[in-house]
Amino acid sequence: MTGQANAGRPNQLLRNLHSKIASIPMILTAVVIFLGGTLWTVFYSFTNSKLLPRLSFVGLDQYERLWAAPRWLISIQNLAIYGVFSLIFSLVIGFLLAALMDQKIRFENAFRTIFLYPFALSFIVTGLVWQWILNPEFGVQSVVRSLGWSSFTFDPLYNSNIVIYGILIAALWQGTGLVMCLMLAGLRGIDEDIWKAARVDGIPMWKTYVLIIIPMMRAVFITTLVIIASGIVRVYDLVVAQTSGGPGISSEVPAKYVYDYMFQAQNLGQGFAASTMMLITVAIIIVPWAYLEFGGRKRG
Amino acid sequence: MKLRLLAAALAATVVLPFGIANAADLEVTHWWTSGGEAAAVAELAKAFDATGNKWVDGAIAGSGGTARPIMVSRITGGDPMGATQFNHGRQAEELVQSGLMRDLTDIATKESWKDIVKPSSLLDSCTIDGKIYCAPVNIHSWQWLWLSNAAFKTAGVDVPKNWDEFVAAAPALEKAGIVPLAVGGQPWQSAGAFDVLMVAIAGKDVFNKVFGDKDEEAAAGPEIAKVFKAADDARKMSKGSNVQDWNQATNLVITGKAGGQIMGDWAQGEFQLAGQKAGTDYTCLPGLGVNEIISTGGDAFYFPLLKDEEKSKAQEVLASTLLNPATQVAFNLKKGSLPVRGDVDLAAANDCMKKGLEILAKGNVIQGTDQLLSADSQKQKEDLFSEFFASSMTPEDAQKRFAEIIASAD
Repeated sequence: MTGQANAGRPNQLLRNLHSKIASIPMILTAVVIFLGGTLWTVFYSFTNSKLLPRLSFVGLDQYERLWAAPRWLISIQNLAIYGVFSLIFSLVIGFLLAALMDQKIRFENAFRTIFLYPFALSFIVTGLVWQWILNPEFGVQSVVRSLGWSSFTFDPLYNSNIVIYGILIAALWQGTGLVMCLMLAGLRGIDEDIWKAARVDGIPMWKTYVLIIIPMMRAVFITTLVIIASGIVRVYDLVVAQTSGGPGISSEVPAKYVYDYMFQAQNLGQGFAASTMMLITVAIIIVPWAYLEFGGRKRG
Repeated sequence: MKLRLLAAALAATVVLPFGIANAADLEVTHWWTSGGEAAAVAELAKAFDATGNKWVDGAIAGSGGTARPIMVSRITGGDPMGATQFNHGRQAEELVQSGLMRDLTDIATKESWKDIVKPSSLLDSCTIDGKIYCAPVNIHSWQWLWLSNAAFKTAGVDVPKNWDEFVAAAPALEKAGIVPLAVGGQPWQSAGAFDVLMVAIAGKDVFNKVFGDKDEEAAAGPEIAKVFKAADDARKMSKGSNVQDWNQATNLVITGKAGGQIMGDWAQGEFQLAGQKAGTDYTCLPGLGVNEIISTGGDAFYFPLLKDEEKSKAQEVLASTLLNPATQVAFNLKKGSLPVRGDVDLAAANDCMKKGLEILAKGNVIQGTDQLLSADSQKQKEDLFSEFFASSMTPEDAQKRFAEIIASAD
């Protein structure tokens, strides 16, 4: 940045030379490890590698087997349910909490700490805590039953049809605090004058939020969305800690399929095929969005 | 500079004592973490420490499914341990083929393992291309039904003598608030229970045809349909056993909260640890009381190829310690498994182990599924049966998928 003004017409390549040199290691890491690793994985997904990678091509066999496997289909379905609900609920709850916090309430610091605290716990700890809370023998169900409602049943982790929602509850408990903080930061960045102007015009508060404030917070929403979405795709440890994929295979997720087949089944080819499918899923979502966001119309 | 000096100093302190004592610390990884198993592994450690070396325990909790990936990635990643447990059979096959494991043929010939290891199929499973790569330590058989005498007393029915009587007694158990059959949620448990049912109901020949020859038609045939019918009964009887680990499920039987459990003879270690007596507190039915056949899978120790000479020497010492008659007896009594040598005295064995030894002596044995199927096919089978036991999938659908797995098995 400095020195740019008095350097006349600098060579494009030599601009900010120091920062370019400094970022070489990171660029190399990105290219060699991320991109290289990705290409390697995709490449070997067309082989029948077992415990160790080997070059014996089988075409699309691994993919055919993958899409015929009931466990993979259930995994995809679970990820879709988990993804949609966790996106909606963490945004809505996070924003509502932030809006409430923004009403100049007392003890705001204390509340903020309480809401953010679960985020300090790892997914494994979160999973174990909620496994106990949702366990019918010592958790919510037994507490309510001991209060007198003896036919009360609440055992999401032991019911194949709703087990994914049991995992969703734990994920929301852990993650909404962070969303709230991001939203709160966004709300604090809104100029006081805008609120004053809205009040002078007599616009009701909810309308101000929906029509003025939220559109102004676009950047914050996008950041939050990316953070939540990346968390959704890689969900793994929470499931392992809470249900290990059970009952049966009803709470399996794609990341767990990849791990189990690469290491437990000693079938790298199948695991690579599954992880390639995960990559494609992410790409299908990210690429059009990135195109709309950064490509096409150049702004500023 | 400083760092290199420090490293040299550290290396010196590490190397020096070993050089003098001519012994080494050997890290041994295994997944024996339940109460009975831990007591058994302590016997191995004691025997190895007595040779002047040091057993560094590397227990990995959470069953073989969790532990094996860690072991394999340590070996392939260039950070091998001194020795590691695997179920002998095909789990370490590729590691051996890619030259990562140590050839034990020399020591095996010196101590004539070929003559002492019984049945010989155990050593065959350790042998790849004529070379021996592992030291078998015990024989574990899957084909046992463990019954809680107390549970049947509460329900007011006689303790069953075979699978059919057990199924018939299930309603009475349920009425008394007892889960008839405890099945843990870990996938290998339901898959294993099915294999046991198959041996008991369809018999040895069908078992060998399906898992040995990978005969798809047999897998889709009427014999296996009967097995799925029985698995359907087992599924109904297991409703309500909300536990994950096998030893938790065994504990349900020990405490009389469940009527029985289909589990390998490693469950016996748990009964023993709880101070229960075979015959009076619990009953064991090999082959579910129908077909008295046991499989001879088991555990073996594999030794990764190491560069350190001291440690390589210690590996040899460990290998011979494991097959030592005294170690075999001490270890297997605690573990509830059968010794790999036919020539040791197991007078202290309890009734259930004696039953097992008898069947072994008669030669009513089959190979374990770990020896017959690759890890990949085993995993697919686990996926199927964990789904089957937790859902309302019809036995017919399940059999169709089972036949598909067998068709593509290797």
